[in-house]
Amino acid sequence: MPLPAFDTPLIFETGQEGRANRYLPDGPALETLLPREALRDDLPLPDNSELDVVRHFTRLSQKTFGIDTAFYPLGSCTMKYNPRINDAMANLPALRDVHPFAPDHAAQGALAVMWELERALSSLFGMAAFSLNPAAGAHAELAALLIAKAYFKAKGEPQRNVVIVPDTAHGTNPASAAMVGFKVLSLKSDAHGRVDPDEMRKAAGPETAVCMMTNPNTLGLFEPRIHEVSDVVHAAGGLMYYDGANANALMGNTRPGDMGFDLMHLNLHKTFTIPHGGGGAGAGPVGVAHHLIPYLPTPVVRAFDAEGTAVDAGGWRDSTELTFALEFDRPQTIGPMRSFWSNFAHMVRALAYTYANGADGLTTVSQLAVLNANYIRASIRDVVDVPYDEINRHEFVASAQSLKRETGVRALDIAKALLDRGYHAPTVYFPLIVPECMMIEPTETESKETLDQFIAALREIVATAKSDPAQILAAPVNTAVGRIDETRAARQPDLRWRPAP
Amino acid sequence: MLRTIGVDALDDLVRVPDAIALRAPVEVTPRLSEVEIAERFRGFAERTTAGGYTSFLGAGAYRHYIPPVVGAIAMRGEFLTSYTPYQAEVSQGYLQAIYEWQSYIALLTGLDVANASVYDGATALAEAAIMAVNATGRKAMLISRAVHPNYRAVLRTYAEGLELTVDELPYGADGRTDLRSLDAALADQRYAALVVQSPNVFGAIDALPPGAAARIKATKTVVIGVVAEAMSLAALEAPAAWGAEICAGEAQSFGNAIAYGGPHVGFIAATTEHLRRIPGRLVGRSVDTEGRMAYVLTLQAREQHIRREKATSNICTNQAHCALCATVYLAALGKTGLRTCAALNVARTNELKTKVARLDGFSVRFAAPTFNEAAIRVPGPAAGVLAALERERILGGVALGRWYPELDDCILMTATELTSSADVDRLVRALSEITARAAARV
Repeated sequence: MPLPAFDTPLIFETGQEGRANRYLPDGPALETLLPREALRDDLPLPDNSELDVVRHFTRLSQKTFGIDTAFYPLGSCTMKYNPRINDAMANLPALRDVHPFAPDHAAQGALAVMWELERALSSLFGMAAFSLNPAAGAHAELAALLIAKAYFKAKGEPQRNVVIVPDTAHGTNPASAAMVGFKVLSLKSDAHGRVDPDEMRKAAGPETAVCMMTNPNTLGLFEPRIHEVSDVVHAAGGLMYYDGANANALMGNTRPGDMGFDLMHLNLHKTFTIPHGGGGAGAGPVGVAHHLIPYLPTPVVRAFDAEGTAVDAGGWRDSTELTFALEFDRPQTIGPMRSFWSNFAHMVRALAYTYANGADGLTTVSQLAVLNANYIRASIRDVVDVPYDEINRHEFVASAQSLKRETGVRALDIAKALLDRGYHAPTVYFPLIVPECMMIEPTETESKETLDQFIAALREIVATAKSDPAQILAAPVNTAVGRIDETRAARQPDLRWRPAP
Repeated sequence: MLRTIGVDALDDLVRVPDAIALRAPVEVTPRLSEVEIAERFRGFAERTTAGGYTSFLGAGAYRHYIPPVVGAIAMRGEFLTSYTPYQAEVSQGYLQAIYEWQSYIALLTGLDVANASVYDGATALAEAAIMAVNATGRKAMLISRAVHPNYRAVLRTYAEGLELTVDELPYGADGRTDLRSLDAALADQRYAALVVQSPNVFGAIDALPPGAAARIKATKTVVIGVVAEAMSLAALEAPAAWGAEICAGEAQSFGNAIAYGGPHVGFIAATTEHLRRIPGRLVGRSVDTEGRMAYVLTLQAREQHIRREKATSNICTNQAHCALCATVYLAALGKTGLRTCAALNVARTNELKTKVARLDGFSVRFAAPTFNEAAIRVPGPAAGVLAALERERILGGVALGRWYPELDDCILMTATELTSSADVDRLVRALSEITARAAARV
């Protein structure tokens, strides 16, 4: 369904003196309250009536594609339905308005939410503990690598400064490594798109700090020899890190902890139905094996039973009879990663989602995510390349390489043609090792009817590419704007509105 | 579906080697219906009793009025459930909103450009520090002790990874950063940046005095201004005007709930000179194939998905939706509403300072003018006074001894436009009763 094409002036180009909304009582003039030199001269912002504000942003929303709009098979991003009950729980006034410096006794329910979630995640992914502190996946990667750095420093092995990443890794992995001063060693995948334990044996050594992997990997393929890879890295003295971007594929079926991972993160905004919100806020809990608990970021939520005994192991349990405290004084901690304790509103959402599913439900979630992805693969493999045409997990990688050779139509063009047909595009040109790739992740929340319609649209695009490639090359035409001059955007940066001089 | 795929059973799709198969069931929550979930979370809400107290808490997270229009717009599904706007043709609305956010932040800080957001104020400071290190090639930071202690702690966490030295400047008798040793400290051109915060952690307006910025820049040291209370930008001299080249801040106050500390929304604004060192996303304006104005993510060659280990930062997901809430808030309040709000914050805090300082044994600890919080000296340890206030259902503020042992008789008390005169009077009455009781016991 085409999005409405109409220009919306900037909010700075509308409004008039006298259109201010009266949200607050009148206040005294600032000049009577503070020394003149402390005050700014002007504030060049518009006054718009609330109606104009509502229309402005409603129009902008109509020019924005969300999961609520239509199918969003964006690989690696897990664009599943975000149940509204999660938002309702996060908006309960007591939880929404509690201040981070409220004393623990006045925040017991909020702490209980954090603790219950942390325990459930620990059990679900086979970790000894999680910290909910990091704000997003990349932030958790940074926390984990800081933990590794502190751990090796404490062990007297500060020379360990190499991070091994497969060539299929997310860009955040090497970027996070650089932020802790680690060098990156890229490991080539084998012909089957997997990491070969023998290749890892050649790569791992006395300088290895961490090997960062995800499983299933970014090709959507399960790494069946992952425990052997872990053994190799451990034998070399390194730590294994699990990038949780693909956790939706394995929840309840197998656990990173059992695969030998010592550190991991989760993107709760992927797997646990937190709305992506146009690119955040996310939430990136970092999980650790037992020997790394002392290094977790602060603060840590501690739980105590009626006798005052700490409850800090085991899976989820009912928190009703427990009391909680934030613990800041932890001598070996890497320190805090952010201003306050967590993206708490998202912890409420993630815990609500966990309650909506339970262990069996979460297992079903990952099974159906895998089913849906395989169904699309099997339904399009006769019209586009599927370089690794085997059972995949929650996502798979197709390629437009043959189509490009035959018709000149590239993955990017297919992506734009899908936009014209009312679908969001898959992730294109990632992972970097597959030319003209399209990474498709349908998630478990889509019906077979939706998948069938998408498959039909994709097949039709390929057929049109062969009969009338110009039509696909011109896409999109049904969107608010056509393809955008990105070179001009970068060469002549126009990044803000300025008032007329 | 299974037939199309060519397998007999769902299990065939998810099988894993025995070595890593689940050996015992996972222990997560029970499975509840929506009605039961609501009941369960009402329980969590009931155990979170802070809402029943009159609160004077601030220190980096502020209680402000949020007009319902903010939630009504921000909760629209198109905004809420979209991903990062990489497919610009179907994301023009969100891209324009982020462009407007960047414009608002640039206008408020007085700087040339602002990014699409970072996680929060503390990480904004850490990222700004990285910008300064990259700009100067120096690996040391000089930071005022009056910068929020949580921000300084996060800077130290990041500094451990980046192997940066972090040195501190003391605060002076009036609660502002003591700059007397500054020239000597900067003389050997060792520091990448000087970091000051205004209003600082004591609520004191701590902008660099006239002339200071020029002296600092002469040593090729970057001035980073931190703003933990964005509402102050509506009233106070803009950071660019007092010399900040990079402003790292927190905009929770613009339409975002406190939510026990997150999600909030950090921002980085800078002069054009630092443009290509800014971390995270930037939205720019360009044209489409038909020459129509169009918005798009730009200058992506700075970012991790292109540059990998050579990126300016590892940040990917940011706080877009919180920035959207802030943008709607700023649009709704407008210039008039923001200035009124800022004035009310100053007025209510001045009222609190005046009334509390009249009590025997109480005083305003620092003389510098404040925005919406102030360090109040109390008779005896602050912890005892705060505990006594809690028994009167008042959260009196943050004990500064938590971070500054020398201020263990001080409470940071915050008043905003939502603090009424009646609230202040309740606080004053409670404080006077508590001290009277304490005196009677002696």
